Amino acid sequence: MESVKVRKDEVDLRVAIGSLELQNPVMTASGTFGYAREFEDFVNLRRLGAIVVKGISLAPRAGNPPPRVVETACGMLNAIGLENVGVERFIREKMPYLSALGVPVIVNILGDSLAEYSQIAERLASVPGVGALEVNISCPNVKKGGVAFGTDPQMAAAVTAAVKQSCQVPVIVKLSPNVTDITVVAKAVEEAGADAVSLINTLIGMAIDLGSRRPLLANIIGGLSGPAIKPVALRMVYQVARAVTIPIIGIGGIATAEDAMEFMLAGASAVQVGTANFVNPRASEDVLEGISAYVRQQKLESVRDLIGALRVG
Amino acid sequence: MSQFQKKVDVVRTELVARDVFRLTLMAPEIVAAARPGQFVMVQIAENKDPLLRRPFSIHQASSEGLLQILFKVVGRGTELLAQCRVGEQVSLLGPLGHGFIMGDPGKACLVGGGMGIAPMFFLAHRFIEQSSSAGPRVMPRVILGARNREELEPLVIDFQSLGVEVLAATDDGSLGHHGLVTDVLKKLNLEPESTVYTCGPRPMMAAIHHLCKKENIACQVSVETTMACGMGACLGCAVPMKGGGYRHACSDGPVFASGELLWSL
Repeated sequence: MESVKVRKDEVDLRVAIGSLELQNPVMTASGTFGYAREFEDFVNLRRLGAIVVKGISLAPRAGNPPPRVVETACGMLNAIGLENVGVERFIREKMPYLSALGVPVIVNILGDSLAEYSQIAERLASVPGVGALEVNISCPNVKKGGVAFGTDPQMAAAVTAAVKQSCQVPVIVKLSPNVTDITVVAKAVEEAGADAVSLINTLIGMAIDLGSRRPLLANIIGGLSGPAIKPVALRMVYQVARAVTIPIIGIGGIATAEDAMEFMLAGASAVQVGTANFVNPRASEDVLEGISAYVRQQKLESVRDLIGALRVG
Repeated sequence: MSQFQKKVDVVRTELVARDVFRLTLMAPEIVAAARPGQFVMVQIAENKDPLLRRPFSIHQASSEGLLQILFKVVGRGTELLAQCRVGEQVSLLGPLGHGFIMGDPGKACLVGGGMGIAPMFFLAHRFIEQSSSAGPRVMPRVILGARNREELEPLVIDFQSLGVEVLAATDDGSLGHHGLVTDVLKKLNLEPESTVYTCGPRPMMAAIHHLCKKENIACQVSVETTMACGMGACLGCAVPMKGGGYRHACSDGPVFASGELLWSL
């Protein structure tokens, strides 16, 4: 907590994710914040703890046919299909704007093979402004690689090790909730060298239109996100916090500061605001302001006092 | 700042026809930036259910800061929105997307079908303002279609109040031409320099696209898709393109040159 200074009149919101020090624990979740510029009219981007951008692959991906999104009770299903501009265009067209913000940029990366993960990590690690990589091993939408890497502890460890060997920046592994015991995968990636884990990614779900007797997503199944998944996400963060010693980034239905701080009590060092960005483009900054107000009001020395401070028993 | 998120007052609610509602909202910042063909996202509920905002094209944006949306009740979201009362507030996000590229009003032909009539009113209004500021008033041509007289007549009257002549078409023949707006458009024999601006059900827009292509007439269509954010972040509103791949209704559209899109799905 040395490199980021806190002014006297401000509350101490700094947190650390491995060697990456953040001015506060509020990030944006990959795939819900575009490449950040889309939100510049609504959010003071420089205030965020970190910006996690849309998942990037080596080559551009067109994504799935529509319909790609459908609303469900207190949530939504998506099957975007990892549409992205590819790593070269990302570095050329998106990074200059992002790096000028002065906030760590966490690039979510995805691949179909270990070699692809290594290649993309190597390419991004030397780009100025890239503060960390978040390895997407859990996206349920692409048939080839995602599911296998995220649900098999050995494959998850292998991807983690491959990415670690290819870059110097902190490596965060984003875990899939679509497993029997998430702590097994969490421990496997910790052992393989992960600097942190982020969880949860979307839960695989489905919606059907009775009238037409057809699925509501062209991809048939998709990832569930939003307030509906928050209890599941909280439970998994709590379990993983007791299984690993590396920092945890909590994700899943966070729309308010209260939601965010519940994740911190369960053991998260930082949080990501996801689907809430779609409804309230200012959600990330609202969460940040709410946490700041709480820390001040409760006269906490630092927001870090909340991490894992759940009272049990 | 070109986009805004604002809590705005509901200043008028109207039942236009059965299940068709019009809300008038006081939204000066959004109105000042709005162009025909752009849309707003409306938050239906504050309690996360329904969770997502709903997109509506801007039906009218007045110099007094008033913004109107026109919608039909088709599901739970629109049902709740139809229950809005004067004095309540709703959260608006907008203006979003790229609107119509407006050419010469005298060579414009606006074709609206069903709720696709909504953005055509704002467009007609702007065309008339544009022409009257540049000299003698030149009116765009307007063709409106709907299922029946009950649905269509109130909207035809609105357009007539702007001073435009409206060619009407209804499915049951209860007002104007008995049949499709495409029949009416065909009979107009538009000159090649014309531009057709259209919004409506997909089959209608596809027919208009094919007609315009055959006659070598420019055609701009405003498409409708499901979407979560309206601002280019979720990538949910994919629109298949003629050359392969997708673009996004919210940030690349909702208005596209009809020739860019893949129509044979």
